[in-house]
Amino acid sequence: MPALPLDEAGKYVAATYVVFFALILVYVAIIGAKIARIERQISELVEEEE
Amino acid sequence: MSRAARAILRKDLLIELRTKESVPAMTLFTITVYVLFHFGLDRDSLDGELASGVLWVTLLLAAVIGVSRLFAAEREQGGIDGLLLAPVDRTSLFLAKAASLFLFLGAVELVAVPAFALLLLGPGLGGALPELLAILALANVGLAAVGALVAALAAETRARELIVPILLLPLLVPLLIACAQATEPLLRQDAGPEDLGRWLGLLSLYDVVFVLLSVAVFDYLLED
Amino acid sequence: MYSKGLVPLAAATVVTITAAMALVFFYAPLDADQGFVQKIFYVHVPMAIVALCGFVAGGVMAIKHLRSGDRSWDMRSYVAIHMSIILGLAVLVTGSIWAKASWGHWWLWDEPVLVSFLVVFLLYCVYYPLRFSIEDPDRQARYSSVFAITAGAFVPLNFIAVRLAETYTHPRVLSQTGGSMPGEMRLTFLVALVGMTLLFVTLWKLELTAKHASMQLKRLRNRARVAA
Repeated sequence: MPALPLDEAGKYVAATYVVFFALILVYVAIIGAKIARIERQISELVEEEE
Repeated sequence: MSRAARAILRKDLLIELRTKESVPAMTLFTITVYVLFHFGLDRDSLDGELASGVLWVTLLLAAVIGVSRLFAAEREQGGIDGLLLAPVDRTSLFLAKAASLFLFLGAVELVAVPAFALLLLGPGLGGALPELLAILALANVGLAAVGALVAALAAETRARELIVPILLLPLLVPLLIACAQATEPLLRQDAGPEDLGRWLGLLSLYDVVFVLLSVAVFDYLLED
Repeated sequence: MYSKGLVPLAAATVVTITAAMALVFFYAPLDADQGFVQKIFYVHVPMAIVALCGFVAGGVMAIKHLRSGDRSWDMRSYVAIHMSIILGLAVLVTGSIWAKASWGHWWLWDEPVLVSFLVVFLLYCVYYPLRFSIEDPDRQARYSSVFAITAGAFVPLNFIAVRLAETYTHPRVLSQTGGSMPGEMRLTFLVALVGMTLLFVTLWKLELTAKHASMQLKRLRNRARVAA
């Protein structure tokens, strides 16, 4: 198969890099949610102690 | 094989002879699947790749039934505690379970392969019998080793009947590749072995890897 | 604990991945056969290599767990496999995009590496239902480790089998992107590979830190509850 023209190929390359960066961002969001939960639980614990 | 392994094997075979649970069910299953393939593919007779694929996929699916029943007797009658309290090392237990699975599979194939030739196979099996027997024997060794390991892994989980098929089938992909490729030329109209050595080599490699691996890790399963 | 060295590691990851991106788009030459589409290679292949190494590393950590009885190794093995499965999903998606761009189909059965990867991915997906259907924590760790070792040994075996099957069914030239890569491409690829490895280790440590923190917190809460 001949190489795709740049405007065709660009879409696929862009899609690949979007997948990669979206994956990292989703992961950051998930770890963020985890940290938020830990923070909330620590606050509860502190309140109970006081 | 140690005395303990022989004793467990004898117990399993006696139970199977009395209850007639696994082997008849597996055999019945294979024939039902042939009927399903007949209608699903809308073909009266198969040869070559299609025949080899149908035969091996059916046998592997039947093996799933055997594997999920492998520790059934122990589980249902609480025998697993007795077995584990007795001074039996895990290697003997593994060898016994793998040997009984090997024998069950052989018994199933004794009926399932001729039934396949009768019901679905276009060309006869006659000329290729020694080669086919070698493939079946090597495949059963691999199936028995992986099957006993998977059965032990799944034995203590809540979703046992769910874990066995989804864990066993991907592990059997290399075995299926080797068996289907080795059998395919034997089931053609112009039957004859082709690349047989390469696929038997791959099967043997698979068998060696999984037998050694299972023996090595079995100690850590079914503890306490 | 697990977070030791996390900050420099994260910084190194950012620098390396930024450098890799710059090399991919401003330095590496266009591929003679595939043209611009070949840029997918620099993210897809390092990701696949790192994911597979992560699976095997998970197996090695599982061996350490069974040898030493130290459950923290099981946790490391679990997180390594977890990260590899996430990367693995991205490998399958980007591989599919690459197949569509260069061969016109979303999936190709005569691409042995992609097919092997799918089988390995399907097997590792069973790790979660297996792990979480065992309640006793000690047994959970042991059974998960046995799975990780078995699956780790399965990875190379499966690659051999699939490659043999594909080469004899569809004979074709194997080393398309292999040996004869020009120097600029090779350098770009190596930087991308290092970047992906650093990313994997960073995320692995981050996940371990988070898991460890919530476990410690749980212990603290239980203690507070007992005291109350």
